[in-house]
Amino acid sequence: MSYSAATEPNGQPILQMRGITKAFPGILANSDVDFELKKGEIHCLLGENGAGKSTLMKILYGLYKQDKGEILYKGRPLVVSGPADTLKKGIGMVHQHFMLIKPLTVAENLVLGNEPVKAGFLIDQKRAKAELLEISHNFGLAIDPDARILDISVGMQQRVEILKALHRGAEVLILDEPTAVLTPQETKELFVIMRKLIADGKSIIFISHKLKEVLEISDRVTVINHGRIIGSVETSKTTASQLANMMVGREVELVVQKSKAKPGKEAFRVENLTAENDRGLPALRGVSFDVKEGEILGICGVDGNGQTELVQCITGMRKLASGKVTLNGKDITNLPPRKCYEAGIVHVPEDRQKHGLVLDFTVAENMVLQNFNKKPFSSGINLKWDVIKSHARKLISEFDVRTPDEDTAAGSLSGGNQQKAILARELSRTPSLIIVAQPTRGLDVGAIEYIHRKLVAERDAGKAVLLVSLELDEIMALSDRIAVMYEGRIMGIMPIEEATEEKLGLMMAGSVPQASKGVM
Amino acid sequence: MKKQRTGIDWGGLAKSRPFWLGVILLALASVFSFNFIRGNGGEMFSYLVIDFFSTGIFMATPLILASIGAVFSERSGVVNIGMEGMMLIGAFFGVMVSHFTGNAWLGVLGGMAAGGLTAAIHAYVCISHHANQTVSGVAINIFATALTGFLLKSVFHRAGQTDRVAKLANWILPDFIRDIPVIGDILGSNTPPVYLALLLVIVAQVVLFYTPLGLRIRACGEHPEAADTVGINVTGTRYFCVILSGVLAGLGGVTLSLGQLSLFKEGMTDGRGFIAIAAMIFGKWTPVGAFLASLFFGLATGFKFISQSWNMTSIPTDFLMMLPYILTMLALAGFVGRLTPPASSGLPYRRRGSA
Amino acid sequence: MADKGKNSALKELIVPLTAVLIGIVLGGVLMALTGVNPFEGYKALILGCFGKLEYVSETIVYTTPLIFTGLAIAVGFRCGLFNIGVEGQYIMGLIGASIVGAMDLGLPTVIHLPLTMLSGMAFGAIWASVPGFLKARFGIHEVVNSIMMNYVALYLSHYLVNGPIKDPAITSPYSREILSTAKLWRFFGEGSPIRVNMGIVIAIAAAFLVYYLLFKTTIGYQIRAVGFNPEAARYGGISVQTNIVAAMFISGAIAGLAGSVQVMGIQFKFLDLFAFQGYGFDGIAIALVGKSHPLGVLPAALLFGILQRGSQTMQMLAGVPKETIGIMQGVIILIVAAEGVVKGWLPVRRILGTDRRPAAKEVGKA
Repeated sequence: MSYSAATEPNGQPILQMRGITKAFPGILANSDVDFELKKGEIHCLLGENGAGKSTLMKILYGLYKQDKGEILYKGRPLVVSGPADTLKKGIGMVHQHFMLIKPLTVAENLVLGNEPVKAGFLIDQKRAKAELLEISHNFGLAIDPDARILDISVGMQQRVEILKALHRGAEVLILDEPTAVLTPQETKELFVIMRKLIADGKSIIFISHKLKEVLEISDRVTVINHGRIIGSVETSKTTASQLANMMVGREVELVVQKSKAKPGKEAFRVENLTAENDRGLPALRGVSFDVKEGEILGICGVDGNGQTELVQCITGMRKLASGKVTLNGKDITNLPPRKCYEAGIVHVPEDRQKHGLVLDFTVAENMVLQNFNKKPFSSGINLKWDVIKSHARKLISEFDVRTPDEDTAAGSLSGGNQQKAILARELSRTPSLIIVAQPTRGLDVGAIEYIHRKLVAERDAGKAVLLVSLELDEIMALSDRIAVMYEGRIMGIMPIEEATEEKLGLMMAGSVPQASKGVM
Repeated sequence: MKKQRTGIDWGGLAKSRPFWLGVILLALASVFSFNFIRGNGGEMFSYLVIDFFSTGIFMATPLILASIGAVFSERSGVVNIGMEGMMLIGAFFGVMVSHFTGNAWLGVLGGMAAGGLTAAIHAYVCISHHANQTVSGVAINIFATALTGFLLKSVFHRAGQTDRVAKLANWILPDFIRDIPVIGDILGSNTPPVYLALLLVIVAQVVLFYTPLGLRIRACGEHPEAADTVGINVTGTRYFCVILSGVLAGLGGVTLSLGQLSLFKEGMTDGRGFIAIAAMIFGKWTPVGAFLASLFFGLATGFKFISQSWNMTSIPTDFLMMLPYILTMLALAGFVGRLTPPASSGLPYRRRGSA
Repeated sequence: MADKGKNSALKELIVPLTAVLIGIVLGGVLMALTGVNPFEGYKALILGCFGKLEYVSETIVYTTPLIFTGLAIAVGFRCGLFNIGVEGQYIMGLIGASIVGAMDLGLPTVIHLPLTMLSGMAFGAIWASVPGFLKARFGIHEVVNSIMMNYVALYLSHYLVNGPIKDPAITSPYSREILSTAKLWRFFGEGSPIRVNMGIVIAIAAAFLVYYLLFKTTIGYQIRAVGFNPEAARYGGISVQTNIVAAMFISGAIAGLAGSVQVMGIQFKFLDLFAFQGYGFDGIAIALVGKSHPLGVLPAALLFGILQRGSQTMQMLAGVPKETIGIMQGVIILIVAAEGVVKGWLPVRRILGTDRRPAAKEVGKA
């Protein structure tokens, strides 16, 4: 499904980056990069996490300074003193992590730095609102000026980000992974907005690692890999596998090979879970599902629909208001984390650096995070360092964790190795239920492949696996059954054979598809 | 900030702990007043009230000044535990300048400048070198105590306290205010910093919530990266706010030394800088809130003097001395969970990847 | 521990060493400003500390409480807590030991001595648990609360020593002298001006005990985990709240022990305090310079003990105000806190070898 652009790009480059090189300690983020944006086109910059896309754009945007190379904007060299300067010159960025001040209103965020003034020193709130309404009307992006950022939805917040850039007269817009936080339907809305902006004469750089979207919306694609440009192609003339190939440099298995599941008896069940989130609003509104031995149940959904709270509740990190959690027949509702682990749960958390590891501890110390106070790692209150270290060494070699030794600080490992270390620790505790949340976030293809294979292996060994992920592709590649979460409820559960992206997408956005109701 | 609705939110008021605290205190005060009037008569009672509130407002003034300074500092994202030290330095330099120039107002300026300079050190270490802000603040306090003792010896050749110096004369308000019963007597004649503090509350509240500067300060404290991307100079804003907090703390210190006592005594701030920080937290990081909290603590501090001179209770002096500190702890403990500082407060801001 | 090798040890030490060096230079400058020859000033300091056996003993006597307070604050730091309340917990330790040490219950030394010591520790521990509990349960910053507790402790002690625990036989505000069964052995006898006693041995033993606790026990593991990353600790099943209170409790106990040892080895009673003695605040500098490591605290405490003791003789012999030391201290803490200042300084970069930009490598993935 590929749409062609609403207007033809007129062929003149509005932006040129030549020979850009940028190095950080230990990493060459951009190496002799050439990139060109034509006026009126949607040009996608495609690459995996860590490929160098963000760095390149941050250089363009003025947040970083390149070591070598030049940038030409409208034919003239671009010299900027910082992001605000770039914005004044007409290049605006919509960041992946929004640059919005949460307690302030939409109008206040819009005029920040450029506030209309009355009586010489007071902010003119009325004018600020009027400016916002005018610009939102011009571009068809409806928004409530008095709403506080922390009260509005993520999709709305993104609109504010876009409006901020437009308000300051941006002609070139850089969108950094904008669909990471949107439902498929909101993504479609975003694409409509993008085409309208093109029709208004803007040019857009669209950063992504999602092949399907790239093929759908862009006019041209430039692939970046390990800091180098692999090539630029016209979207209409390329395919997903060609792009994937360029992204990784080798034939990529887009779907992990796995045999059909042989599920056994029920291992884990949750019934009617309700819970609140940090702001006191309902996050879980009656969630029920089960996971059988030897299967992978994948829970998909857009970020913020209760998945985080669900995992927290079943691992003892958040209190359930009501409902029951059973593991192998034993009631583990609202037990603290330690007791959950003792009952047989292992958990690879979604934020590996915040929850999964103590970065200042050594790898060895991290390997006993849950059972440092149990035999054989300690006796009484005394730690047995020799046992702890040999255990760590074993796990390091078994799971191919690349680290100089077990006494290195966990913080100096790469993301993929950190995740492998966590996985090693969790799987070594002989679990009954393996919970993995966003297991491959921010990892490169090699690490992703490894982790996916390991999860399937655990399934084949008869373990029950609960996979929670924001990446629909990952869910569809790994799961035997899929559950969709929306606004704290399970919209439906279906076996993989019945799942299509369209069905899942609709459920992720709150509508139950007409065709099948799925297994509850 | 939340849009205020017109009318009184009765439901919210009933749930608010400061409200009930106020009710309890009011009830106790009424019972006490009633007994007192019965025993000593109405006129004596009015003298008591005047004395209590005058002392209270005077005691509160250094807290008001320092806590509003702390509000600005923390709103911009920098924690300033060094207020105690800045107040002490302000108190000392105020006396020193007054001593050498014979002019108390120059002393005031001297104290403010000294406080600002000290804050500049804190700002430099924390903002430009990303030091742990709490540690830096504590270092400043230690440094200030030692420095003032050192200068006391080397400049005044005294230990413990200085001689008397020229102090600030009270400002006297026009007759039409002073003629108001009770309130006129309380407000009519006070040392100038009292009036400056009251004015500051209004100015600070307007600036922080209704001007572009205030908006930018709050942006820096909540999400400095976002502020940076729209062109706000985060570093400059933070320097400004920290130095301002030092200037105000210095003024607060001067209030103590030149406002009434006309001399400097070692350790005369006595923890007030920390109480000011508690007042800032209690006041939810707003100037008006900090003002009300400072007033509360000021009255508590004043209470111990009043009860001594009026012979009101047989509670030993030492326990009365403890009162402000215990109340501070109770106040902080009573406001559980609803105290959220600016999101980036205490975190250094580094623009990633530059240079 | 994390990095190995000589180079990393140097990296760890360079900041505190530089800070102390700058402090000493600054002290010299201050002396010069007051008209004193810095070399004379520092000579007075060295003489005052090492000139006679008695002076060496006094230096040790000054160092002993500093070891304890440094350890106390270091333990707090390891759990991410800033226990400024050591000053007040120390006072409570003094009180506790003076009360129990003076109780005439006919107890033999082997019971009375440890009991007295434990009393001081208990008083300190309980005093520290209040801000600890308020932080764990309500999230209130321990700094402000601890400081408040310091003032309450000061006034409380003032009240007690002028009232309930005052020695009726004398007019000065002192408590009763403790019994001989509660006194620590003075190496040179009670009558001698050489006051060095078992306290220093207890202090050094405490440092090793704390080292063992932090790095070789499950308790230490938990405390450090909470200090580094409370979220991950929670995830791992460690109770953050319990450990915050535990760390404060232990920290307060050590601070209380400082008080116990001071009473049992030196003062033999509680003397009315009109202001804070400053051992707690010194402890902050010591913990920072010692990088919150128990074995680093020992040399740091000795350094500050020398400075404190020396400041007396510097004032007497060379006319240098003893506050000079306090100024040096403040500056040292500031410099250690702002590591960047030291690490960015060219001479330091050369020493560490961080002057050259590291060669950019290819991105290599797992």
